[in-house]
This record gives sequence, C-alpha cells and structure tokens, in this order.
Amino acid sequence: MNTRMQQKVVLRVVSKFLIPFILLFALYVQWHGDFGPGGGFQAGVIFAAGFILYALIYGVERTRQVIPAWVTRSLLSVGVLLYSGVGVATLLMGGEFLNYSVLAHVPTHGQHLGVLLVEAGVGITVFSAMTTIFIAFAGQDS
Amino acid sequence: MVATGLAIVRLRNLFAVVMLTGIFSLLGAAIYVIMDAVDVAFTEAAVGAGASTVLMLGTLALTTSQEKVKPGSNNLLAFVLVVITGGILIYGTFDMPHYGEATAPVHNHVAPHYLEKSTAEIDLPNVVTSVLASYRGYDTLGETFVIFTAAAGVLAIIGRGRRPSRSPRAPQPAKAPRDGLERRGIRGRRANDHDPSDTTGGASS
Amino acid sequence: MTVTSDFPGLLIYWVVIVLMMIGFYIVISQNNMVKKIVGLNVFQVSVFLLYITMGKVKGGTAPILADGFEVYSNPLPHVLILTAIVVGVATTSLGLALVVRIMDSYGTIEDDEIQALEDDT
Repeated sequence: MNTRMQQKVVLRVVSKFLIPFILLFALYVQWHGDFGPGGGFQAGVIFAAGFILYALIYGVERTRQVIPAWVTRSLLSVGVLLYSGVGVATLLMGGEFLNYSVLAHVPTHGQHLGVLLVEAGVGITVFSAMTTIFIAFAGQDS
Repeated sequence: MVATGLAIVRLRNLFAVVMLTGIFSLLGAAIYVIMDAVDVAFTEAAVGAGASTVLMLGTLALTTSQEKVKPGSNNLLAFVLVVITGGILIYGTFDMPHYGEATAPVHNHVAPHYLEKSTAEIDLPNVVTSVLASYRGYDTLGETFVIFTAAAGVLAIIGRGRRPSRSPRAPQPAKAPRDGLERRGIRGRRANDHDPSDTTGGASS
Repeated sequence: MTVTSDFPGLLIYWVVIVLMMIGFYIVISQNNMVKKIVGLNVFQVSVFLLYITMGKVKGGTAPILADGFEVYSNPLPHVLILTAIVVGVATTSLGLALVVRIMDSYGTIEDDEIQALEDDT
C-alpha cells in the first residue's frame, strides 16, 4: 500500500538515508549530556523525530509494524519506573531518596552512575511520549 | 520576533500561523544561544520548532485550515486589557537589575554554590545536567511524571478511532440515546466496508 | 525611577514584555481554538525568554565548566526553563487533542459558534 508521499522518490531515498543518522545523533546527545549541551530531553525528542519522519513518509500502518503499540506503551512506563527505581535503590542502600552518592564506593562515581541512569529514564520516557502522541494524532484518519 | 508575533495575530490562514509559530520558536532558540543558554536553545529548537509544529499541523489536518472571518469582533476590550497589563509589567521592571549585571540577587544565592561545588561533588563538566539530574533531581522526577501523564491523557482523549465528524449541527433535542444508536449504525455500516479502523479499535496503543 | 538612565539596561525586558502581551492578546481575543493555543505558545516562549535574560551575566559563557573560562552564566534559570519547555509541549499536545475532540463533537472550533450551539440546546 503506497502512500502518496511514498511515491516521491527523492523523499523516500533521503529519509531512508537520514533516519539512521538521526537516531545515532539522538543517542550521541543522550550520552554526551554530561560533557556538552544535551541530555535526556533533547535526545528523547530527536529520537522520536526520527520515527515521526518515518511515519510521515511511509504512513502510520507501517510505523505501527516497526514499533508496535505494546512497545510504546511499556517504554512509557519503563522510563518513569527507571527513574523512580534509582531513587528507591538509593533508599535501600542507606541514603536519602535520589542521593546518588551511595550507589558506588566513591561518591563521584555514584553520582555519575545515578545521572546516567536517570537521564536514560528521562530519554526513554520523552521518546515514547512523543511517539505515542504523534501516532495518536496521525492515526485518526484511518 | 515582534514582527512574527504581530503577523500571527493578523493572519487568517491557520497553516501560515503554524509555520510562523515554528519560526518564532526557532528565533527564540537563536536568542537563547546569544544569551549563553545552549541547553535551553537545543531543547527549544527540537521541541518548539519540531515536535510542536508537527502536532499543530496534525491538528490542522484533522480540523480546518482557515479561520473564519468575523465582522467587527469585540477586540477593543481585549486590547485595552493587554495594554494595561503591559503597562503594569513595565512599571514592575524598574526595580529589576540591569541586563547582565553580575551583582543581581539571582547570581548570589544558590548558583555560585552549584558552580563551585559541582566539580567536587559530581565532577561533570555540564553544570546544567548536574543541577538538573542531581541537585534538582526531585523536580526532574516530577517532570517525567508530567510527560507520562500528558501521553496517557492524549491516549485517553483520542486514542480510539474517530467518529466521522459532522458539520455544525442544528439545535437538536435529547442527544444521548440517539448518539448510541447513531454510533452503532455507523459502526454497522463501516464494518460492512471492512474498515480497518474498526476491527482493531482504531489507532489505540 | 528615571527612565533615561534605566533605558539601555531594561530595554530587553520591555521587548520581552511586548512579546508576552502579544501572546496574551492572541489568547483572549481570538475565537479560533487552534489560534488560542498558538497564542499560548507565543506567551510561553516569551516568558522563557524573560527568565533566560535574567540569568545572563555580562562577559560570561555557557555554564559548561572548561579550562580558561572564569565567569559563567547562571545555570539555575536554564534548568527551570528546560523543565518548563517540555511541560509546555505536553500541555500543548493535550490542548490540541481536546481541540480535535471538540471538532468531532461540535463540528467547529470557533469559540462563538460553540457558545451559540451550547446556548441553543
């Protein structure tokens, strides 16, 4: 089932070329948030932008095959649970809620680990939220 | 940016208005870079000029794309209210510190602590990330919950497939039972057409 | 309260307030619902601009610690605005979802037409 956009060769080829780079750039921004501008929010939005571009060109049905409904639904919860889980883990290890220093033997390493996990949780949540919202809007016409 | 804002007020074509909003956000992101707020500029460019514009275009595709022209609407009261509020705010800025002053109160409280102690306690070069994730991690947790709730809310509002939109209806009496029959009737008709949006319950996820 | 001596330092705040008032005007005076949400977005962007201008330090650089830079801009408004931007897009998406639903129910998204429909039935 070819959508109208899919029949435009230039759009198809360029988007197929660009989407892996967009996803890669999103991962770069996610992990390099410690050393330069970036972090969870930006990375989540850029990662979702890659999927939104795919949905714009190829239609919502094929995007649903690429990333099924249960994946976005569970990722939405996994991100929030990851963040809260880090907080609970610090509680269980003897510190206060979300005090990352107790996560490792050296406090700064504990902070690094905590920030890494927390940013990952935020990135996953933002990505799945943006994708869910867009597919809910775009799937209305079918 | 002021010119873009004024154009948004005057334009009737909603597609152009949405495009101008994207340009407005992008100009805002450029000004954030000038003000040394690179993280904020990054987020504003990605979110404001990207995701927000796409969502508004999606809404336009589902509703109309032209605003109806109203003859002589009552805008004078709104204008007067806006001018009064603007005047009060400008009067309030006379107590504010000048632009870029290093002795402003906002720079002398918690911020020097963050900048100085961040290396010793967290050892991350990006102070914004360290403040966001560690010093103010609790706020970020609440914000993640807000994003989750927004996605869940959008799913609850338009997660299911769509009833066919009706033209502006004439005033009708009792609606509730008739709506149910209408829905069943429409569903029955569309099931005969093997409409995919019906069997899977629409674009639910 | 001398205007002439405060003018260069405060001009940027006045421009931002003008932008805020444009957004405010769009929200309260336009009838089309999508345009109201657009006005809300304009208002949000200008409020963020106000906070970021308050955080800038003259001669400072972006708050990323690096050798050779001594003066940094205040990171605290950046953090608050980062949160606010993402919350803003969440609110916008919820508002737009409601607009789609209103279109389904009433067939129009002009405020006064919906008011008339509600008054008649």
